[in-house]
Amino acid sequence: MEENILEMRKITKEFPGVKALDQVSFQVRRGEIKGLVGENGAGKSTLMNVLSGIHPYGSYTGDIVVNGETCQFRGIEQSEKAGIAIIHQELALIPLLSIAENVFISNPQCRHGVIDWNLTRAKAIPLLARVGLKEDPDTPINQLGVGKQQLVEIAKALSKDCKLLILDEPTAALNEQDSRNLLDLLKTLQKDGITCIMISHKLNEICYVSNSITVLRDGRTVADYPDASKVTEDEIIRHMVGRELSNRYPRRENVQIGETFFEVKNWTVHHPEFPEKTVIHDVNLQLRKGEVVGLAGLMGAGRTEFSMSLFGKSYGCGITGEVYKGGKRIDTSTVPKAIDNGVAYLTEDRKTYGLVLMDSISQNISMSNLKRVSKRGVIDLDREIKETGENAKQFGVKCSSIFQSAGNLSGGNQQKTVLAKWMFNWPDVLILDEPTRGIDVGAKYDIYCIINQLAADGKCVLVISSELDELLGICDRIYIMNQGTIKGEKLRSEATQENIMKLLI
Amino acid sequence: MKKVSLSRNLRAYSMVIVLVFIAVLFHFLTNGLIFTSMNLTNIILQNSYVVILILGMLPIILTGNIDLSVGSVLAFVGAIAAIMQVDYGCGVFVTLIVSLAVGVLIGAWQGFWITRFDIPAFIVTLSGELVFRGLTQVILDGASIGPFSSAFRAMASSFIPDLFGGSGLHITTMVLAVIACVAFVLTQLRGRRSKIANGVPVGSPTGMIVRCVLISLVILVLSYEMAAYQGYPTVLIIMVVLAFIYDFICSRTVFGRGLYAIGGNRKAAALSGVKDRLYLFMAFVNMGLMAAVAAIVYAARLNAATPKAGVNFELDAIAACFVGGASVTGGAGNIIGALVGCFVIGILNNGMSMMGISADWQQTVKGLVILAAVAFDLIPKRKKK
Repeated sequence: MEENILEMRKITKEFPGVKALDQVSFQVRRGEIKGLVGENGAGKSTLMNVLSGIHPYGSYTGDIVVNGETCQFRGIEQSEKAGIAIIHQELALIPLLSIAENVFISNPQCRHGVIDWNLTRAKAIPLLARVGLKEDPDTPINQLGVGKQQLVEIAKALSKDCKLLILDEPTAALNEQDSRNLLDLLKTLQKDGITCIMISHKLNEICYVSNSITVLRDGRTVADYPDASKVTEDEIIRHMVGRELSNRYPRRENVQIGETFFEVKNWTVHHPEFPEKTVIHDVNLQLRKGEVVGLAGLMGAGRTEFSMSLFGKSYGCGITGEVYKGGKRIDTSTVPKAIDNGVAYLTEDRKTYGLVLMDSISQNISMSNLKRVSKRGVIDLDREIKETGENAKQFGVKCSSIFQSAGNLSGGNQQKTVLAKWMFNWPDVLILDEPTRGIDVGAKYDIYCIINQLAADGKCVLVISSELDELLGICDRIYIMNQGTIKGEKLRSEATQENIMKLLI
Repeated sequence: MKKVSLSRNLRAYSMVIVLVFIAVLFHFLTNGLIFTSMNLTNIILQNSYVVILILGMLPIILTGNIDLSVGSVLAFVGAIAAIMQVDYGCGVFVTLIVSLAVGVLIGAWQGFWITRFDIPAFIVTLSGELVFRGLTQVILDGASIGPFSSAFRAMASSFIPDLFGGSGLHITTMVLAVIACVAFVLTQLRGRRSKIANGVPVGSPTGMIVRCVLISLVILVLSYEMAAYQGYPTVLIIMVVLAFIYDFICSRTVFGRGLYAIGGNRKAAALSGVKDRLYLFMAFVNMGLMAAVAAIVYAARLNAATPKAGVNFELDAIAACFVGGASVTGGAGNIIGALVGCFVIGILNNGMSMMGISADWQQTVKGLVILAAVAFDLIPKRKKK
């Protein structure tokens, strides 16, 4: 048997106008977990799409050798037959179908051409046990959290008898506990002889789970570490961004924290479907001018529910409490009112809630404040283009022109567009929900710099993040939320991973 | 870079190319009969109500919704107008006001269910289609009512007066045509100057000159043909004015931008402060209003209100929007495109009638052409992926 289960040799893939992959060579040893890292747009997903046949044979140059045989995949079915399964960042599950139905969706368990549901269920049970999912196979997918859905995807891959499992950003939407479970599952599967390629931005996870690591930048292989234990995160980052990033978080300099400017008092929110259930209990929170405040919490702690209920009652029912800005009580009961009162909320899911993907960057930026470029309801299109262009530039949105549609931007640039959109409205208070989710290290650094600049300009900034490390790196003060209540508050000087974690759980 | 902008231009004009192609095709198939002075006027009159319905339908389609009730609403409003005029002898002005008000109320009724309780527009307007068709039958008692007063009829069948009293050629029409050309060139020039002043990239001046010359030529030739008959029909003036207003609303106002944003991503729009429910409601109220305007024009042209008026008109309007490049899921499309789509279908109808093709075959051909037109528009976009 060959030592390498997979060898990709001199793969070059061009899209109109760009060379996405340039002579990339990539080997995976049998039975290892391979970490594949790189910034957004480095070519990781393209490489995996070439491997799985989404970009069919003939659309690229170079050789793919699986188990010593040169392969020419023309579609996913062919690569699956060769034992390769890919799990994309956006999960391909059908929400209203059951776990068992989803697991066997592409290879239905038939007898005489008719689906045998008993066989389907019977076969699903051991697969679920193997991935450690303790759920009835008849449970519909939409009743599972993202972490469990991820496990269903893996069970689906295993049902096709896969030998090489590719996971694209599997933990992007998971909290720390679920992420850890998933990574441990990969290690267990490894013992069963399944080889795995994992793409991730979370370097700590890559270092935790991988045996070897390959770094891509601008469509080229820039570093290859056959032994992952001999490499540090900083070294990987240096290769990823191609420059020395001495610090992952920009220094907060000349911090001038003013008086309390924005205040939320006795905020209580009930569940939108079960009004008797309280989701947020009596939350009190103060933001000072020029201060970056963090809101830490595990998934489901109520951080997003809190901020969305605050922003125009976009979540929940039976909302009570008071909001003060500059000592005066303000009304944030509808989104337009909240915006008029200088509050901006940047959602955690920029594609679903933040951007109109088919519209241009310019139209997205002006959306929060069309009043600024219009008179009596009539938009001055030229002024709109000019002023949104200035904003896009100020926030470093990299694009060929501001007429480009937002859907074509990379994650980091989409997030900068959303920031530019909210700043188009000159808000005083910014609530940033997971502002760096799913974006690469370089873009993260840019976002942190923007946050610092906003604070320096005298805005109140509240940052919600699942990554404690990030909050500790950029915030002056951190609130800790657990089950809808504020469990504590720590200044930067006194906050540590440990004392926050204690309050989180 | 230049290549990109060229292909983008081509795509924007692709339906215009189809329109020109169909026009030229029928010109030969009918031995030039289709573009005689009289028939040209006819084509405009025949399609006037669909054009007006499009002005209501496109904003709704932009939001990703649909209105299936407009044909029935048109019949219902026409019936009310007829009863007021014929049975009660109401004046033209009162009849107009009441008819438009009824249209607005119907739009508000449907908009209420759609925006207040989030019932899909498909369902609400499907119900509306049945309800208002039924009510039309009830108030007309299954029979046609007519005729209307001559002042009422004038709205659909009259032509603008010739102030210069020239014999032969209609001078006022030609004067208006020249004014339209000058106005078009001036707005192009002003737009370009404003873009340059704001540092917005502009295309080459040649492109603009070609565009100005072509559009002016089309306006002048068509107007000359109509001037040789009886001049501009009054309906054409109503149509053009309304089309300009609605194109402006959709492309240049905060409300119009809101419609696009709702269709593109309603959640994101709502969280950005777009008043999604209000705008959606207004779009349906406007649809009611436009259905009423179309009802008046249609009833006046037919000189009667009939229980079967407007059957399938909603489908004509919807087809025109999609042929004209509107997206089925919302967020894309424009008034001018939809109007081009309308005349693609309109010329097809008229041309086939002139050729003596039977109605059954006409319908079949029309169906295939709608599919082909949209495929022609969408398949190149798909390949790009």
